[in-house]
Amino acid sequence: MIAFVARRLLATIPVLVMVALFVFLMLRLTPGDPAAIIAGDNATPIQIEEIRERLGLNDPLPTQLAIWAGKLLQGDLGESFFFKKKVTELILQRVEPTLALAASTMIVTLLVAVPLGVIAAYRQGGWIDRAVMGFSVAGFSIPVFVLGYLLIYVFAVELKWFPVQGYKSISAGLWPFLHRLILPSLTLSVIYIALIARITRASVIDVLGEDYIRTARAKGLTNRAVLVKHALRNAAVPIVTIIGIGIALLIGGVVVTESVYNIPGLGRLTVDAVLGRDYPTIQAVILVFSFVYVLINLLIDLSYTLLDPRIRY
Amino acid sequence: MATPDLVDSAAQAAAAAERPGMVRQLAGNPSVVFGTVVLLFMVVLGLLAPTLGTIDPASIDPVWRNKLPGTERTLTLPSGQDVAFVHRMGTDSLGRDLYSRVIYGARISLIVGIVVAAISIAVGLVIGLLSGYVRWLDGIVMRVMDGLMSIPGILLAIGLVSLWGAGLATVIIAITVPEIPRVVRLVRSIVLSIREEPYVEAAISVGTPLVPILYRHVLPNTIAPLLVQGTYVCASAILLEALLSFLGIGIPPETPTWGNIMAEGRVLFQVFPHNILFPGVFLALTILAVNLLGDGLRDTLDPRMAKRF
Repeated sequence: MIAFVARRLLATIPVLVMVALFVFLMLRLTPGDPAAIIAGDNATPIQIEEIRERLGLNDPLPTQLAIWAGKLLQGDLGESFFFKKKVTELILQRVEPTLALAASTMIVTLLVAVPLGVIAAYRQGGWIDRAVMGFSVAGFSIPVFVLGYLLIYVFAVELKWFPVQGYKSISAGLWPFLHRLILPSLTLSVIYIALIARITRASVIDVLGEDYIRTARAKGLTNRAVLVKHALRNAAVPIVTIIGIGIALLIGGVVVTESVYNIPGLGRLTVDAVLGRDYPTIQAVILVFSFVYVLINLLIDLSYTLLDPRIRY
Repeated sequence: MATPDLVDSAAQAAAAAERPGMVRQLAGNPSVVFGTVVLLFMVVLGLLAPTLGTIDPASIDPVWRNKLPGTERTLTLPSGQDVAFVHRMGTDSLGRDLYSRVIYGARISLIVGIVVAAISIAVGLVIGLLSGYVRWLDGIVMRVMDGLMSIPGILLAIGLVSLWGAGLATVIIAITVPEIPRVVRLVRSIVLSIREEPYVEAAISVGTPLVPILYRHVLPNTIAPLLVQGTYVCASAILLEALLSFLGIGIPPETPTWGNIMAEGRVLFQVFPHNILFPGVFLALTILAVNLLGDGLRDTLDPRMAKRF
């Protein structure tokens, strides 16, 4: 077990290095002069030179990589052009709304998607099943921002149940915090529910065909016990795997949802950074999000032994 | 997780492709029919955009800005003639005719979807074939692909677009890059199973060179799964393009794309929701059609996969 954890941790390092290398090379291998692109159309040669100097683009590539990697290992992600601050500081300031949005979306998704998927599998071919499958196709097809505006229009503008946009920190009280979080997390959870409900249904259907389910039924267990204790437990591994892979979807959705709902989180920071040609910030946000994604999936891999005692390493 | 299934389904799909009555099977699948009809409708809209009662989608008319759908007016043609004109979908905050912009917007979405699907399949196929067949390449290629797949697709595209500047070509490349690793993995998994087949071993033992083996034995087995994958890539490309444009970092705002129209409508959304509603419906309908087409193709060509999802 410990050997497995160690091996899995070691296997993650090359992936992280590869991600960092991509992010590093993205700027350096851009055709043309990246400094000129970042400076914009109206920049003077002096401004371009200054940007080149600040990004260290005048050094040879290996030197640049060594300096950049060295700083990265010390947790230094550079300084933002636009906000004139350390990028790490900037990210820490913006992390709360994003975490709140991601966590509430995850909670809504799991509460809705897993039961839906199990019921759809249990009543395979029935109307609930068909409704769940229909929803999952539709959920994949409605862009997050279209859905976001639709919900805002119906529930905030017309019905006035929720504030239109904005974010209140949890320190401003639980209700104002939650009140502004409901619509964004509903918006973002739709695509995620579509994904998880689909996979839950598929893996529960697979499991329901197993002999031990028949045994469980034969010994007179209730449907609920069969479904939850036997079917869902055994279907947990693929479901959890997809939850992990779906984090990529969630991260992408966060960028869009924060823009639609005017939430000052990391997603908004990304878009603002691109519009402000703030390359150090863009680089840092991509790096942070990707690392989080890789590390969550590492944790999920490690959790398999807990979910399914048959898995031994 | 899905590798053995994909591999099995690849073989079955190849067999399915040779079965007679394939076309009839596809025509009997409601998802395929709905998807094809809606897509063809969008293609026709895009191709015939200038003849469908549209005006120049870029022509600005401040006097007639922010009009509701159905507003009637007289329009002076470039020839000096006055005609009656109805803004079927209203106008945006610069007085541009929304109906014309939405119809012309179909062009960009379809171009991006098809081109991205074609490039990522082509590039992914070549890399996947080589990686699956040339052992020493495999390790390196797969590490690179793992790295690429660890960056969430939207962020990778945003990062690339921010460097290359906005424009149709850069948007297409930026959306293609994150799609390639998925195609590579699919092709590689098919190759790895096919190379163990007796007929491939036989071909190797009689001295058939690498290229004919790939071309004659491996390539045909990739067609059906790639067709399915291609439709999904197309759907996600259309979505991503609209998303980048919507965020203001995609195709330049003068060009009518569904994402751009919505981006423009954001400010006055609460008063004039039609600016977001109309392009949103077209966008969602197109993506739905492509996804359904993909599901239908998968059900018909990949029966094993169909059972799983």
